[in-house]
Amino acid sequence: MKLAYALPLAGIAAFSTTVLSPSAAHAETLTVATVNNNDMVIMQRLSSAFEEAHPDIDLEWVVLEENVLRQRLTTDIATNGGQFDVMTIGTYEAPIWAEREWLAPLDDWPEDYKEEDLLKPVVDGLSHDGKPYALPFYAESSMMYYRKDLFEQAGIEMTEQPTWPEVREWAGKVKDPDKGIAGICLRGKPGWGENMALVTTLVNTHGGRWFNMDWEPEIDSEAWTQAINFYVDLLNEHGPAGASSNGFNENLALFSQGKCGMWVDATSAAGKLYNPNESKVADKLGFAPAPVAETPKGSHWLWSWALAIPASSNAKDAAKAFITWATSQEYIAMVGEKEGWTSVPPGTRESTYANEKYQEAAPFADFVLEAIREADPTDSTLKPSPYTGVQIVGIPEFQSIGTQVGQMVAAALTGEMSVEQALSNAQRATRRTMERAGYIK
Amino acid sequence: MTKPRAAGRTVGGLRPLALQAPAVTLLLMWMLVPLGMTLWFSLQRYNLLMPGMTGFAGLENYEYLFTDPALWSAMGTTLLMVGWILVITVVGGTLLAVLFQQEFFGRGIARVLVISPFFVMPTVSALVWKNMMMHPANGVLAWLAELFGMQPVDWFSSLPLTSVVTIVAWEWLPFALLILLTAMQSLDEDQVEAARMDGAGPFSIFFFITLPHLKRAISVVIMIEMIFLLTIFAEIFVTTSGGPGLATTNLAYLIYLQALLDFDVGMASAGGVVAIILANIVAIFLVRMVAKNLEE
Repeated sequence: MKLAYALPLAGIAAFSTTVLSPSAAHAETLTVATVNNNDMVIMQRLSSAFEEAHPDIDLEWVVLEENVLRQRLTTDIATNGGQFDVMTIGTYEAPIWAEREWLAPLDDWPEDYKEEDLLKPVVDGLSHDGKPYALPFYAESSMMYYRKDLFEQAGIEMTEQPTWPEVREWAGKVKDPDKGIAGICLRGKPGWGENMALVTTLVNTHGGRWFNMDWEPEIDSEAWTQAINFYVDLLNEHGPAGASSNGFNENLALFSQGKCGMWVDATSAAGKLYNPNESKVADKLGFAPAPVAETPKGSHWLWSWALAIPASSNAKDAAKAFITWATSQEYIAMVGEKEGWTSVPPGTRESTYANEKYQEAAPFADFVLEAIREADPTDSTLKPSPYTGVQIVGIPEFQSIGTQVGQMVAAALTGEMSVEQALSNAQRATRRTMERAGYIK
Repeated sequence: MTKPRAAGRTVGGLRPLALQAPAVTLLLMWMLVPLGMTLWFSLQRYNLLMPGMTGFAGLENYEYLFTDPALWSAMGTTLLMVGWILVITVVGGTLLAVLFQQEFFGRGIARVLVISPFFVMPTVSALVWKNMMMHPANGVLAWLAELFGMQPVDWFSSLPLTSVVTIVAWEWLPFALLILLTAMQSLDEDQVEAARMDGAGPFSIFFFITLPHLKRAISVVIMIEMIFLLTIFAEIFVTTSGGPGLATTNLAYLIYLQALLDFDVGMASAGGVVAIILANIVAIFLVRMVAKNLEE
């Protein structure tokens, strides 16, 4: 009997709270999908400030690991699922998805947004037909980190622009297997966003490219063979144990624990490496530009994580309010005040780099700015190429191609295959994918 | 006396088939609809990233699939993995079952401990093995190797298939043990006693009494494990991501790559169909073997 009364009562209670309470009737819920990187976690934490300023908007977070996020977002947007109102995407997705009209264009800015303050190469990377489709949350290029103390010990003078052969020589000198210090740490974990990011810059700077102007893959070319041989030899001789399973995060842990003499990777790691709470090498950290070989072109990459609004969202205005808030000068200032200036999302605005407090807290600031400004996705290879992107090829097939080739490069790294065999397999697989997609006959 | 209930063919005037029909139809739909959709998709040009390119593709997906060297290597890997894991779990399980049947101090606790790996989630055990056991710098195995003055092995890059097989075998060994131990408990003690009186040694007892007794249980273990092992995924995903190269890409992982990395629904469906066929071929042989054993 009790249950019989309780059920309708509960029903009435639920009814009255959903229909009668005024906030629920007006509030719009924004579902924000983002990646679990440090900077985004901070954004989630600070978003209560946004909710206070916009009482009519409720934020709901979906925070996922990069690969999983990418899968969820792609399936959602391609099937017009409409689960999300704000998506965190990268330089790779933005132009491709914009071309398919999956994203809402973003050109009428709020008055105080100061879009001219955004770094041009970064915004260009997120645009299609000259219109931006995503706003940069943070951006990165790549650079070389090294241990000043080890270099001094070995009597090495860092040059203005290190070259890869020099790096190889230095790696032999600074490594110390007894103390578990590897000469150099580099990405080895397969994936288009993992090892291939570094490997592609290495190929670029050796004078290679992914495709010729007729979209014929050139992975078995001389430049690729040289670059991959160099990479495999370098890591096998002077790299850490198990290099083929180290990605960005693994290498970050290794370097900040003092296990690597050098590391060539994203500029966004600088803030963490420089923070004495997170890194044992904060006081011995040196910076240099990413090494070059034959040509400086495409030797360092350009990437940004950006916020975009899917065309399927039915809360576009609220979503725009949120993404302009999260990428604004005020937001950056707020992170600086509350979390410390090294934690500021880097690489998006000139004003961040003009800020004295940031300059003071982050000695690497100018370095990063310079690297981002110099990277040119439209001209990253020695011979002309039909694609845009420094460490990526801006076509939808690249996810698949990059992953397959990444697997082959990892196989060459572990000695499972010879470099020649790995590259000829990679060439064949890439050719098949391009044929299937109709680029070549 | 009440009228005897109609025997055999009808119940309450209805033929059994009519009574079963709703349940059978539901089950068939449950099975046929997804299967039909998979077959349909496998004949379509359907890639999530290419919204313009759609339509009937005929056998194009299959053509690309069968000319893909990755497919054959994945099939080989699948069979190799399943084969080795079965050998390890069945042989190991039998030996452990004999061991744990003996009376010894703390047997209850030991039995619980040896069975526990089965209750760890696959992702968790893969993570534990990857980071705490087989890691070339921090792992227990590396520490042991260094203790004996040897070079630590970088398991997932130099012995990828062995590593995955080890992890999965570690998970499934307790299952084999559990079933076989239960079977052992129904072994007639008098028979063993009699054999011993006749002068049979422990080996003869094992080969001529215990093993024949366990035959049925072993076939059940093989069949059930086979069903689950053909679809190993989490362990590969967590540890090697199918690599290096294609060294640990099995069919399940290949389909995952095509569906969620290439977003090629057509290809992935074709891969799914091939996996179904492979599973059925294996199942036909297995079911025959097990059925033969059970009939005896």
